[in-house]
Amino acid sequence: MPSKVENWKSEVYGAEIREHLMRFAEEGWDAIPDEEHDAWFERFKWWGLYHQRSGQESFFMMRIGTPNGVLKPGQLRVVGEIADEYARGPAQNPEFGNAYCDWTTRQSIQLHWIKLEDVPEVFEKLEANGLSTQQACGDSWRNIVGCPVAGKDTHEHIEAWSVAENLNETFKGDEDHTNLPRKWKVSVTGCDQGCGQGDINDLAFEPAEKDGELGFNVRVGGGLARKEARFARGIDVWVPREQVPDVAGGMSALFREYGDRDNRFNARIKFLMDEWGPEKMRRVLQEEFVDFELPRAGEDMREQYTYNAGDGQHGDHVGVHEQNDGNYYVGLNVLVGRMGVDGVLELADLAEEYGSGEARLTQRQNIIVTDIPEENLDPLLDHDLFEHYSPDPHPFMRGSIACTGTEFCSLSIVETKNRQVRYARWLKENVDLPADIEDFHIHLSGCTASCAQPQIADISLRGMKTRKDGEPVEALDIGLGGGLGENPRFADWVEMRVAADEVPGAIANLVENFEAERAEDESFRDFVEARDEETLAALVEPEETDYDDPYMHNTKQTWYPYAEGDDSLDASPAPTDGSGDPLPSDD
Amino acid sequence: MTTDVHQLDDGAWVSVNDSREVNVSDLWLLAEHDLCGCEVADFLAEGVVEVGVEPAGPAVQSRFAGRCIRCGAEGVTGWLTVGRVVDPADGGFRGVDHESIHLVDG
Repeated sequence: MPSKVENWKSEVYGAEIREHLMRFAEEGWDAIPDEEHDAWFERFKWWGLYHQRSGQESFFMMRIGTPNGVLKPGQLRVVGEIADEYARGPAQNPEFGNAYCDWTTRQSIQLHWIKLEDVPEVFEKLEANGLSTQQACGDSWRNIVGCPVAGKDTHEHIEAWSVAENLNETFKGDEDHTNLPRKWKVSVTGCDQGCGQGDINDLAFEPAEKDGELGFNVRVGGGLARKEARFARGIDVWVPREQVPDVAGGMSALFREYGDRDNRFNARIKFLMDEWGPEKMRRVLQEEFVDFELPRAGEDMREQYTYNAGDGQHGDHVGVHEQNDGNYYVGLNVLVGRMGVDGVLELADLAEEYGSGEARLTQRQNIIVTDIPEENLDPLLDHDLFEHYSPDPHPFMRGSIACTGTEFCSLSIVETKNRQVRYARWLKENVDLPADIEDFHIHLSGCTASCAQPQIADISLRGMKTRKDGEPVEALDIGLGGGLGENPRFADWVEMRVAADEVPGAIANLVENFEAERAEDESFRDFVEARDEETLAALVEPEETDYDDPYMHNTKQTWYPYAEGDDSLDASPAPTDGSGDPLPSDD
Repeated sequence: MTTDVHQLDDGAWVSVNDSREVNVSDLWLLAEHDLCGCEVADFLAEGVVEVGVEPAGPAVQSRFAGRCIRCGAEGVTGWLTVGRVVDPADGGFRGVDHESIHLVDG
């Protein structure tokens, strides 16, 4: 029997949702009938709007999909201006203030506290500037990811940005592909470093040579969510660049027809891959969804992959790097991916003054400004902005990723972004990494949905609960040794339910033990791989330190974890009208 | 009115009559369960797996995926009463106190 969500989708889904959304926006929050809330909020996701958690009713997270993370000249300013005007909530975040942009692990942008009534104006401004929220959430083609410097990269063998852009233009809005059983995540990689993170996507195109021609090998079925992590598997198909849309469309149609619409927890194509295996996946694609003979896989470049490969060669795109045209790009570290609007607008100015005005978002929640002539580098880097958003950050600042967490998300079990900021600062002050380690990735995800991609980090943190002196407190599971590269590896979960205020002490002890016990020059990943879980668990010794964690209580039971004064759900101003004034309660 | 229940937002909520009522991330004390060897499991609800309404009464039930934080065992609970529709006329719902001890049904 189709799930409830499928029933809602069968009534109204895809582009047609927009007219209803606009009507509700015009008439106001109260115009959405109470008994239709769930159906409409599920549908609004297709247009990039996600209803915020309990205590924040009538406010939405808005996701803007920027394919491959590319913000064309002028678009960064537009995003900053929209955040400044519309993403201001009823309370301040103590680390980030009010009005900020979140750069996500899928090279998208998330804004919070968006009011339904403001959606038409925001859409108008976005679309007038070539930006869109369409299909940023919901059951269809999500934002396409790739190497963030595709098209400009000295390591690129096959130009991937235009491939990703073409896929975006072809499939966004294509009615044959707008109602899939579940989300559909696609990655395109053109470089020999593996920066597209194809292994954790539903569908991945990776560079490969066949009979002297460069094209892509196809992998299917990657994903991290719900304790069901899978790496994508090769299906023995090579595709020339001009036929990428045919194969991508064929795979998307295969998923549309064979994906599980009865059980959403079994719907992602990784479960179909479990059931079928790569040979059947290839056979069905060939027989039913493409009308030309699929070439067998070509020779890939995975042996050369250095990105997050555990050897410290290429952990991210932070820093100053030469492009393939002789200009430079500057990758800035954005701690936990959150950037205040003042910084966003200043960076937009600098990108225009010193570069082409283009900016790009990475899968490590960072931002890059591109096309900087060599003579402009020093004047650009002299600006104070780069002290806060540094191109040369401390490894603990550089390696920190965090999801949205209980600040706004219904699924999360713990507070994440502010906690990870505090962790990074404490670790920077109190822990010395071995001198040869410049990249050390710590990813904090509030729940098993894994939006912070914890399984591919050196240290993986995942939201949990435990009791301390009998009282429930926020806690984290600790995993070690995950990463990508030629032979990707998920983290081993070695120490569970560590009270959140004991995690920095645990990391400090782990790093100390690593340095004491490692073989000369042994990487952290090799160190973890060479030891069993019991041995590793003994190296993680959680303990309280002078680190102070203000979010140990159940942050989910507040209307906003950082609200001053009464933070209880009953004190929430939500729902509000279009002016932000509380609406009268139904009770 | 009939009682309409479903899970919402990828298992984040039990929705009752189109109102988000029971969220994940709370600890539930469970007795007479087969989740682990603990006499009373201290169970963190991480995701709603299934929802239903008890045929004989107004009890809303759910099965959760999660973990006993006492022993670490992971699994999916049997049916757990998460609240009741207290006003059949308007569908008003009252959740149970998750901090008290709950019996798992089946």
